[in-house]
Amino acid sequence: MMLKGSTFCKPSIIVYYFMWTGFKRVVRAGFMGFWRNAFVSLAAIFVMTVALFVIGSTMMIEKMLEVSLQNIQAKVDINVYFVTSADQVDIDSLQISLESLPEVEEVIFTSREEALAQFSERHQKDDIIMQGLEELGDNPLGSSLSIRAKETSQYEGIARFLDEQQIAEDPQDPLIDEVNFLKNKEAIDTLTSIIAAVERASYITMVVLVVAAVMISFNTVRLAIYTTREEISVMRLVGASNMFIRGPFMLQGIMYGVASGVLALLILYPIVLWIGPKTENFFQFNIFTYFVSEFSQIFTVLVGVGIIIGMISSLLAVARYLRT
Amino acid sequence: MIYFDKVSKLYNSGNSVALESVTFQVAPKEFVSIVGHSGAGKTTLLKMLIAEDVPTEGQVFFESLDIHKIPRGKLPKFRRKIGTVFQDFKLLPHKTAFENIAFAMEANGRSDEEIAENVPQALALVDLQDKIWNFPGELSGGEKQRVAIARAIVNQPDIIIADEPTGNLDPIATYEVVQILKKINDLGTTVIMTTHNKGVIDELGRRVITMDEGRIVRDDAEGKYVL
Repeated sequence: MMLKGSTFCKPSIIVYYFMWTGFKRVVRAGFMGFWRNAFVSLAAIFVMTVALFVIGSTMMIEKMLEVSLQNIQAKVDINVYFVTSADQVDIDSLQISLESLPEVEEVIFTSREEALAQFSERHQKDDIIMQGLEELGDNPLGSSLSIRAKETSQYEGIARFLDEQQIAEDPQDPLIDEVNFLKNKEAIDTLTSIIAAVERASYITMVVLVVAAVMISFNTVRLAIYTTREEISVMRLVGASNMFIRGPFMLQGIMYGVASGVLALLILYPIVLWIGPKTENFFQFNIFTYFVSEFSQIFTVLVGVGIIIGMISSLLAVARYLRT
Repeated sequence: MIYFDKVSKLYNSGNSVALESVTFQVAPKEFVSIVGHSGAGKTTLLKMLIAEDVPTEGQVFFESLDIHKIPRGKLPKFRRKIGTVFQDFKLLPHKTAFENIAFAMEANGRSDEEIAENVPQALALVDLQDKIWNFPGELSGGEKQRVAIARAIVNQPDIIIADEPTGNLDPIATYEVVQILKKINDLGTTVIMTTHNKGVIDELGRRVITMDEGRIVRDDAEGKYVL
């Protein structure tokens, strides 16, 4: 038997009115579904809250590590000690050359007089040293440059540069007396590898925790939707469009995300308030101050991630029941 | 018109035959009963009609449309042309009779005014005006099935498909449901119903297709239940 083609019509512009009506119905159904399955909704919110709490905590631990590592890095430097007869023009020239290196963050000059003043202040209670200084009469200390690199791994390159400078010097009229890199090298290498290991470990831990949290949330939302599979089948039978079916569940997913994001923040607040002074003492970083000053960012991340997890979980879970 | 053209359905990589070269047609406004033992292929046949299942071979036409060539996104629109009634009613337990029927109209994008007007009319047709605010849990089996029928007809579909609609009902409720389906058919809607119930077939006195092991073994213009 030969039969004619499809008779479906294209939607007209009048449909917009019905789209608005449909939107209102989807929103109403979403809210009703949320409250009607209150127990399941609560379970999903609870699991997502735990997941978002883990994500929020990880974010703050990561920041704390970052700041404390920066503090440690700030304490690492290379010192170049000049001979007492060094010409200031040569020192200034070396300082300019060092400052032009891309890996150099900062170069601080300490004059002979400043070095002596610092030395005297450090040893003012040591009579023997002070007496020895007086007997010498002249300032035995040379001026120096303190060099700080952008990354601890870059000190080796700076030390190489200084070596080249020393090699190029006239042996009869040296400028540099000593570079303390070799003395510090072992400590710097150890610190560099510790920093790298801690960063790697914290990233891996964060990724594992976040993935686990997201997967648990996905499954909880899927379970919540599983309880309504009969309803979805009825929706399909009465000719509900896929968007009409998905809509309320997506909205529920968003509600789970918002509620759990806010709850996670409410749980984090007293914890960081309590732990803040302790982190300040230990890491020189007050986590409570960070939480308050970066609240909008933390709020956006937690609630945003919550909404995304809730919505995607809902979409994936419903899609399973929409396949023909 | 509905036309099944040599439709076969195989499951388990061809080891199990649900339908075998089924060919028949149903004219508009016809009332057709499909009878057969469990596993004869009746429900599979109805699933083909609402695009819930896809034939392994053959085609199913609704009017001029090859049902299984309808794009997935347009299936909901197609399904609105068909009202479905099931043995287990498939009512939403947390919605009242009114809300269950209104839900079908909402899914079709009908306005609140239309819903307020049409739902009571549909309930009146199945004689359940007094149960409009009752939840399914507060209704008898027969009443639930009548609500399901009201939901199926409220969008004025071209066809009603009823899969064992009296399977869970006592004789009185069965009689009432059959009378309602007859009334709907008399008003111009095509009805395709599967049943095991000989009494229902005798009562109807309409066309009967008998199936056995996935094949049509009889197609009688006037109701005869022969198995």
